[in-house]
Amino acid sequence: MLEDRPATSALLNSKVPAGVLADKWDTFKANAKLVNPNNKRKFKVIVVGTGLAGASAAATLAELGYQVDAFTFHDSARRAHSIAAQGGINAAKNYQGDGDSVHRLFTDTIKGGDFRSREANVYRLAQVSVNIIDQMVAQGVPFAREYGGLLDNRSFGGAQVSRTFYARGQTGQQLLLGAYQQLSRQIGSGGVRLFNRCELVDIVVIDGRAAGIVTRDLLTGQVTSHAAHAVVLATGGYGNVYFLSTNAMNCNVTAAWRAHRRGAYFANPCYTQIHPTCIPQADETQSKLTLMSESLRNDGRVWVPKNSDESRPAHQIPEEDRDYYLERLYPSYGNLAPRDISSRAAKRLVDKGQGVGPLKNGVYLDFSAAINRLGRNVVEERYGNLFEMYERIAGENPYEVPMRIYPATHYTMGGLWVDYELQTTIPGLYAAGEANFSDHGANRLGASALMQGLADGYFVLPYTISNGLAPLLNKSVPGTDHPEFKRVEAEARDRYQAYINVKGTRSPDYFHRELGKIIWDYCGMERDRNGLEKAISEIPALYDEFKKDLRVTGTGEGVNQTLEKAGRVDDFFQLGMLMCKDALTREESAGGHFRVEYQTDEGEAQRDDEKFCHVAAWEWTGDASNAQRHEEQLSFETLQLATRSYK
Amino acid sequence: MSRHLNNLTVKVWRQAGPTATGQFETHVIDSITDEASFLEMLDVLNERLIADGKEAIVFDHDCREGICGTCSLMINGQAHGPQRATTTCQLHMRSFKSNDTIVIEPWRAGAFPIVKDLMVDRSAFDRIVESGGYITSPTGGAPDANLIPVPKPVADAAMDSAACIGCGACVAACPNGAANLFVGAKIAHLNLLPQGQAERFKRAEAMVDTMDEHFGSCTNHGECSAACPKEISLDVIALMNKDYRSAKFKNRKELSRN
Repeated sequence: MLEDRPATSALLNSKVPAGVLADKWDTFKANAKLVNPNNKRKFKVIVVGTGLAGASAAATLAELGYQVDAFTFHDSARRAHSIAAQGGINAAKNYQGDGDSVHRLFTDTIKGGDFRSREANVYRLAQVSVNIIDQMVAQGVPFAREYGGLLDNRSFGGAQVSRTFYARGQTGQQLLLGAYQQLSRQIGSGGVRLFNRCELVDIVVIDGRAAGIVTRDLLTGQVTSHAAHAVVLATGGYGNVYFLSTNAMNCNVTAAWRAHRRGAYFANPCYTQIHPTCIPQADETQSKLTLMSESLRNDGRVWVPKNSDESRPAHQIPEEDRDYYLERLYPSYGNLAPRDISSRAAKRLVDKGQGVGPLKNGVYLDFSAAINRLGRNVVEERYGNLFEMYERIAGENPYEVPMRIYPATHYTMGGLWVDYELQTTIPGLYAAGEANFSDHGANRLGASALMQGLADGYFVLPYTISNGLAPLLNKSVPGTDHPEFKRVEAEARDRYQAYINVKGTRSPDYFHRELGKIIWDYCGMERDRNGLEKAISEIPALYDEFKKDLRVTGTGEGVNQTLEKAGRVDDFFQLGMLMCKDALTREESAGGHFRVEYQTDEGEAQRDDEKFCHVAAWEWTGDASNAQRHEEQLSFETLQLATRSYK
Repeated sequence: MSRHLNNLTVKVWRQAGPTATGQFETHVIDSITDEASFLEMLDVLNERLIADGKEAIVFDHDCREGICGTCSLMINGQAHGPQRATTTCQLHMRSFKSNDTIVIEPWRAGAFPIVKDLMVDRSAFDRIVESGGYITSPTGGAPDANLIPVPKPVADAAMDSAACIGCGACVAACPNGAANLFVGAKIAHLNLLPQGQAERFKRAEAMVDTMDEHFGSCTNHGECSAACPKEISLDVIALMNKDYRSAKFKNRKELSRN
């Protein structure tokens, strides 16, 4: 298959162990090099980010005996954005006896990702998923229970089994607190040193190996070097490149991007996920979007008025003037069609002028039929907290008026390229959780982000990092007095001072908002060649303006949130450029990447497995618009390439 | 439908650093849509300050969905403002009207020193968790999750307590600056569960002792629970006190058989 394609680029050795898929992880562990318990304390590991992946990695590595320095830009490790995940976490426990297995979770994840992820990584994810639930229960995560005291499960999109474990609508919060508490235990006993309110501003590479990081203390503005034997980036995704997204306000790409600029390849940046059920933008001052759990689509019916000049309130619009478009277009899945498909359908109708609400920028999610059928009490029991949350934000009572929803950016599948050991193309630099690209292909299934973050941190990195560290025993590594640390430190100081020195007229937020509009319009839910080319010409012009007309008030000493933002927006500009380039060169539609030119007669995504069954990994060449594209071929040894269908 | 608020007088606390003298700064704001969240109103004000060449007001915020616990603010003297069970980031301007005066201050508590403007240092909370707010369970050694049945009412009660977001509103609302609701919530969460029994009394003792190093004493005002955006019940304080008392008064060997 695909013999005529160029071989995978030299640096992109995925290091997947040989042998049968189901045995690969065992094979790896059996052959991995170990570090003697007494020697572990000779190694220092830096972990950046304290979300699910970072906190679990830092805690576990410290338990093993490594010296760990953990970094977060938050005031506390407990604030990381993993906390906002609502729905649940998948695991192939098969507690329901409904036919689930490791193999089935693997299959669902590969299919859900539209055959653009690496088989061996996904299989390992499915394998360790069962250990995650054991681990989190032992830590005291209060998962939902049946009356008999056993764990309850729910089902989620893209699966035919109930394998999702949940803690009300706050699963992410409870899992993160579990990992945070394990991290706290290690901080209390001295195994981990935590640097809070401390942001990574660069990576230091010496003789081709990650030697440490340079950070900026957000309280004092002080720029400092930290040396280590290995560095883990667990710094999340880049969804805030769109300005409006469901990401927290401080989520940013800086750590991953700075690593990219130092030699780490950035993979599949165009794979971004749009979540269909968010509360639509209400006005120009809106700072972020809020997601409403996908579970609402179990009982809500999605519709828009048939006429674009409709002006009656929802309840006065008779049935014959409503278009229940998901039920019409996808009769078998109806209102539960997958995320990308439901999102695009909503966008098309809003673009045609059939949107609802004051800004005509949403579609209705209507519970009146469910309330009539089940009674208000049952609906309240199922969704009460979500209805309250909606009312707080939108100011309308969803028991009386239909909710208004619209898709928003939610997750980014792309990220730093990593091999089977989660190591980037810079030896000694690892990436975990949403920051890497490896497990979700072109589209992530619901309840799989929490699973991957914890899998990487608890059950993968501790093995692979030992394997990487063992050969370094009793060899000296560069300290922070090495001239390269001093050089990178000086560069970082100059960079932040330069933002202040521009003394232009526009705030970082202004540029972020403008950049976000370009990326959303041309590299959002639907992309096409013309739009992407337009974006690629508009972004550098806006970036030039940013460099000439930025205004950062205050100084570089002490807390300056405007200055922090300027650095992050700078990196978003460069990443945005790369996203558009990646989207332009991927001449197919796959998962979250929908190119208008490549669709079936029925308007569904059309992959091109002949030409694009590969990971696109980009190499920094000094300028995002001239990044060098490399390919890692994907081969499917266990599964057959197939077309997704949800008709 | 949205309307606009005009002539809002915003009095906001400005303080250059932990040891600097602070003062209120007054701004009059017009044409804020009532669809805007409270923090978006501050965003607008900050944009205006930057346009005027002034430093933006520093305040902590992140998820803006009411779950991360980063945002704070005393709004007209109330922690997280006037709306029940709502964090500042989820408060919207429709709770206010034109010509209102809004006074914005940082959390007021000795254990939360001011960092700058409206930003405070809540790391004393982390010190308490580090002293015992966990179940010791090293990675890899856990038994199958269904080996430990947890009765549904117990799991639900643990979850009610675990819903705490660690924002610090309880401390800010308390006339004594006590952290009993926060600490009680964590102790109740872990001490109710079967998994938490092994370290139950050690945990209660260590966390309460650490709490006492930083925070004031509880005198049962109940302001904490009234201000709590997650409506954590005062019951957790009773549970904490019970376990703390047991830890202090009972024979250690006897405790280990509980």
